[in-house]
Amino acid sequence: MTKTAARPPAEAIAVHPVQAPPPAGGRGRRRLTDQVRAYGFLLGGLICFALFSWYPAVRAVVIAFQKYTPGSSPEWVGTANFTRVLHDPEFTAAWRNTLTFTLLALLIGFAIPFLLALVLNELRHAKAFFRVVVYLPVMIPPVVSALLWKWFYDPGAGLANEALRFLHLPTSNWSNGADTALISLVAVATWANMGGTVLIYLAALQSIPGELYEAAELDGASLLQRIRHVTIPQTRFVILMLMLLQIIATMQVFTEPFVITGGGPEDATVTVLYLIYKYAFLYNDFGGACALSVMLLVLLGAFSALYLRLTRSGEDDA
Amino acid sequence: MSTRTLVSPATLTRPRGRAVYWTVFTAVVVLFAIAFLFPVYWMVTGAMKSPDEVARTPPTLAPKEWHLSGYGDAWDLMQLPQHLWNTVVQAAGAWLFQLVFCTAAAYALSRLKPAFGKVILGGILATLMVPAQALVVPKYLTVADLPLIHTSLLNDPLAIWLPAVANAFNLYLLKRFFDQIPRDVLEAAEIDGAGKLRTLWSIVLPMSRPVLGVVSIFALVAVWQDFLWPLMVFSDTGKQPISVALVQLSQNIQLTVLIAAMVIASIPMVALFLVFQRHIIAGISAGSTKG
Repeated sequence: MTKTAARPPAEAIAVHPVQAPPPAGGRGRRRLTDQVRAYGFLLGGLICFALFSWYPAVRAVVIAFQKYTPGSSPEWVGTANFTRVLHDPEFTAAWRNTLTFTLLALLIGFAIPFLLALVLNELRHAKAFFRVVVYLPVMIPPVVSALLWKWFYDPGAGLANEALRFLHLPTSNWSNGADTALISLVAVATWANMGGTVLIYLAALQSIPGELYEAAELDGASLLQRIRHVTIPQTRFVILMLMLLQIIATMQVFTEPFVITGGGPEDATVTVLYLIYKYAFLYNDFGGACALSVMLLVLLGAFSALYLRLTRSGEDDA
Repeated sequence: MSTRTLVSPATLTRPRGRAVYWTVFTAVVVLFAIAFLFPVYWMVTGAMKSPDEVARTPPTLAPKEWHLSGYGDAWDLMQLPQHLWNTVVQAAGAWLFQLVFCTAAAYALSRLKPAFGKVILGGILATLMVPAQALVVPKYLTVADLPLIHTSLLNDPLAIWLPAVANAFNLYLLKRFFDQIPRDVLEAAEIDGAGKLRTLWSIVLPMSRPVLGVVSIFALVAVWQDFLWPLMVFSDTGKQPISVALVQLSQNIQLTVLIAAMVIASIPMVALFLVFQRHIIAGISAGSTKG
């Protein structure tokens, strides 16, 4: 340090600690090192996103138009993959099953948690117990719940038929019957996942201002009217959000059909994702698998975009 | 705690209201016991029945003779220690990679103003619109033959760890949290001569404990519960996590042994939940109202 001679008074240093003139070109260099440092921090995450999100997304579209088997060089085939996949009889079955599954999951997996949350919110005792117990199945690995229910659905010694016999009802084939298999799987998925939905509804119900109910009651609104005119409008946003999330999640169903029914009986439970898996790992037809993936991607991407838009605008309101 | 809900407190104090309340309360307790606790009970005790008894109709409510051998057999026959260890390694690695790389990237995006930061963040958020499962096939091809270096990560835990980092949700959660840290705090650290890494390590991270906890739980649970992705990338039976091993082995194994293995596979996550239930439940509830 040779500049001690021209030292400014001490107080000036305190107020302007970085006032010393930078060396020529220092500002640019400073900026560059800042950038290098920033990208150093970003690098790991950026590489992972590039490799495992962005690149696969682009690649799905590219491979959808190629004849692709690992090891040999890809070959452009235009829309051949799409036409082949569309003519596969399983294609119709897979989409029909997936859409039915989603619809049933919405009907069952939506009404039940809402009603449950509504009732739980009125209870004054053992709230912690209910919250823990309803969420317990969510923490059981999905594979375990699928295997567990496969055992319950066993036509012979299964618990499901045993319960029916106990109630003197006719037994069912459950997941082994072509007409009951899909709804049996919906029941598993609902059981396993409803904990999260119930908790979110509970939180939403708790945020409803009590005065609204009071005012409604003073106006002579009955219990059902209060639900219809206060509870539902006040939780509409959460209901819509969860509905979109559930559509996105259930359209990607794989574990339950794979573990419980293996897609059967007679293709009754083959889902789109299951078909994608089959194309890739059974038929070694990655072009077909990617063509299917792109279709799923476009449909679900639209729902996701809608969801993100709504949550964003919801945040602005809050 | 007397927030007004659908039913007014006054109604509940009347004799009729109380009768209805206790009826509903009992009904819900019974319903919860049957729907959520009984299956778990059935699984835990089913593993302790004899192979004959578990297949008997009508089934017995409690094992006639209690056998613990089902659990022992599952542990040995299905090589559960191996598969549990694989799962632990995969989950712990995914957690660590996510914590290190997502935190660093979120810190950079939030505080270091990289050029094109907005574009990068946009690109990351855009992946939220892409449903994860729809991309498993091209992702599998990438993992099987990494671009430029042409290595395969199949049967390697890195196939779980690295893709786990590409988690836009967790990264955004971290970034949002870092955004809220007051500027003064970070500037003070800088004036004291702390570098960016030092500031992150000694100032930002300690302040971010709640969000780091949430991200950690999400990361661990996601890997432990995943099935399709490990099914694709681990063809080597010795490297499979417990979820995949259970399904692969479920065909040729005695029912009681399989059930015991299912119970063992559930214990870590259920234990994690019971220990951290307050935080997990609070996290889920808070996530909804904030959107």
